Amino acid sequence: MNEEAITLTPQQLIRKRAAGEPVEPGGPPQSQQHIINVLVENSMGALIRVVNMFSARGFNLDSVTVGVTEDSTISRMCIVTRGNDRVISQIIRQLNRLVDTIAVYDVTGTDFVERELCMIKVRCTGAKRSEVLQINEIFRGRVVDVTPDILALEIVGPTRKVDAFVNLMRTHGIEEVARSGRVAMQRALQPAGSEI
Amino acid sequence: MSSTSTAAAVAETPQRLRGRDAVQQYIGKKMSGAEIFLHALEAEDARVVFGHPGGAVIHVYDEMARVKPNFQHVLVRHEQGGTHAAEGYAKATGQVGTVLVTSGPGATNTVTGIADAFMDSVPIVVFTGQVPMPLIGNDAFQETDTLGVTRSITKHNYLVRSPDDIPRIVHEAYHLARTGRPGPVVVDLPKDVLMAEGVFQFDDEIHMRGYSVPDECDEIRLHRAVRMIEKSQRPLLYVGGGTINSNAAEVLTEFAHHLNIPVTTSLHGLGAFPEDDPLSLGMLGMHGMWWANQAVQHADLIIAVGARFDDRVTGMVDRWAPHAAIIHIEIDKSCISKNIYADLAFNADVKSVLEQLRPLVKPKKVKRWLNNIQDWRDECPLTYADDGELRPQYVLEKLRAKSGGDAVVCTDVGQNQMWAAQYLKFTQPRTHITSGGLGTMGFSLPAALGAGFGLRAYGIDKTVISINGDGGFMMNAQELAVAAAHGIPLKVVIMNNNFLGMVRQWQELFHENRFSHTDLTDTNPDFVQLARASRCAALRAERPDQVDEVIEKAWKINDRPVVMEFRVVKEEMVFPMVPAGKSSDEMITSRHAPETFV
Repeated sequence: MNEEAITLTPQQLIRKRAAGEPVEPGGPPQSQQHIINVLVENSMGALIRVVNMFSARGFNLDSVTVGVTEDSTISRMCIVTRGNDRVISQIIRQLNRLVDTIAVYDVTGTDFVERELCMIKVRCTGAKRSEVLQINEIFRGRVVDVTPDILALEIVGPTRKVDAFVNLMRTHGIEEVARSGRVAMQRALQPAGSEI
Repeated sequence: MSSTSTAAAVAETPQRLRGRDAVQQYIGKKMSGAEIFLHALEAEDARVVFGHPGGAVIHVYDEMARVKPNFQHVLVRHEQGGTHAAEGYAKATGQVGTVLVTSGPGATNTVTGIADAFMDSVPIVVFTGQVPMPLIGNDAFQETDTLGVTRSITKHNYLVRSPDDIPRIVHEAYHLARTGRPGPVVVDLPKDVLMAEGVFQFDDEIHMRGYSVPDECDEIRLHRAVRMIEKSQRPLLYVGGGTINSNAAEVLTEFAHHLNIPVTTSLHGLGAFPEDDPLSLGMLGMHGMWWANQAVQHADLIIAVGARFDDRVTGMVDRWAPHAAIIHIEIDKSCISKNIYADLAFNADVKSVLEQLRPLVKPKKVKRWLNNIQDWRDECPLTYADDGELRPQYVLEKLRAKSGGDAVVCTDVGQNQMWAAQYLKFTQPRTHITSGGLGTMGFSLPAALGAGFGLRAYGIDKTVISINGDGGFMMNAQELAVAAAHGIPLKVVIMNNNFLGMVRQWQELFHENRFSHTDLTDTNPDFVQLARASRCAALRAERPDQVDEVIEKAWKINDRPVVMEFRVVKEEMVFPMVPAGKSSDEMITSRHAPETFV
């Protein structure tokens, strides 16, 4: 997101109205989901500090993933959050304010690839079983564990694909679901004019 | 050299340069973690350490007796007092304040002071003892998760895991506390790390890739600022505490004079611009000057300098400064466009921006605007009743006359704080110390104690006045004994109205006179006896004609603190006032005239 993007406070809206200037028709900016990548020191407490900031300041936190990067002293966190432009800009600034934070990228407005991993145990026998395996095939999932009445499947993809797969499996009796949360990475070649 | 320039000079000298030489002799030597810690403090030129011993830090105190480091340790009588003292020390001198306490209750007692320093951007470093590393998480005796408890109220915090890390972490802690937007840093020291042997190493460089001080002040921004200033007809400078933290008071005063722009300050901005200057409008906001709020509401340009648009300043944000474009100069990016949208922002050091902007702008011709402000001044001046009763405003005017504005004043929280802000007419930076953001009752006395030690440590000759209400005074009254023990000649003022006055005021104005649990008439101690029992001199005035005599006597006592109790009328209220959540247009100007000015 462009941090300098003009977002209006109520005070500014009133000022604009007083001056007879046109005000955005849709009212205040809408809440939107954002994926924010944060590079932090790979040290004790960096993850907690980031998560703690979200709860202390009342920001939304939909999912968090964390893992070490190619540099073993740096961890990458992928945070999924929601808010209007003002809130997101405040989140980015508060993240930057933390001493352990090395860099913050809001990848939402850019060209990026996202993946989520999901493992799912489905109770199925007989004809059901081949149906589940077929759906698994369509979604390019893998079977990771088999017992006479349980299939454990692994599926990787964008969150929407994982959602769709989990929904399809509901009719077959889900025993257990484990989802990793989203990770996102910007494409190396960004379309002209886009900003990180 | 005048005492003012001494104070300014002290604040601008990097603390670090002085301490570095003192520790050269220890580099590469083997010693205990506790001794490494002491030398690390010496390296930072921590001249005064406010502390309280306990089991987890007993080895530090033991080494202190053996090594005799070059700083003074002040034994406070409650750890909260210690943190406020460090704040007072920091705000009076511009240097980082230091606190040393034990684990568990020692650490949790510092929490209020740490939160206070976080809200008010005060550079302090708090060292807390911790149980030995193998016991952490075991619910050991006097164990608290200090990092967890202080995480959201510190700029940063550390757990030290090896004695060899101590000098680096101490150095980073002072660097973080001092630079950028200042704030508190906590360093947790496990007992076994202090006992273990390590090597004292010392690296002057700071290696922190996640931390840098912003400097967003470029040609384009400066050019836009110049255009906005040139275009404006009703410009106003709104100055906050960041200006004082940036040691920019002089630069700002020169800037305002050069441009001929009126100046209003927040509570923490008091002293950044001399209030006896014709361009000064005094404080704005909830209990600010009526004319200052009027100026805000009519301004077409507000230049906010080192200020964060606190809700006590803006009231209802939607209706604050409806006609003004905003230029915001602020070191902390997260404060920009947080409450009030900034049309132009400099995320940089106040002093450097003002210095770069100053030669680019021409003086403004704003006679009509200044006349408007003068009219508002005449329309609703600051007054109180003159009816033979002893009123706190009268006492403050007498104190101001006696000190001549050259004293460091620490105020508590509540009515006494607001009256002091209104009536003391501050003219120098670092002479007004208060708890603004957190609003910590019991702040004034220990802060004054710390300021007294700070001024003494840096050879600045100024009187320190502590202004208290009877409620707040009781919250840290134990520190009187410390001031007495060290002969710090504090002038401690208690405005005793036998009430929790500010709450009483709200109860009268907004809760139909139900004075629920605010009347202290039968529960207050005899303050004169309390002071004497703490080895302080004590005086009392009950009528206006006794005030001069009490002040004269108090100013003659210079070897110990003196407590002055003023028995003021209990019904006095702080006016004018913007009720919480209302717009700055809706100021109540007196009890009997609750109509609002629009």
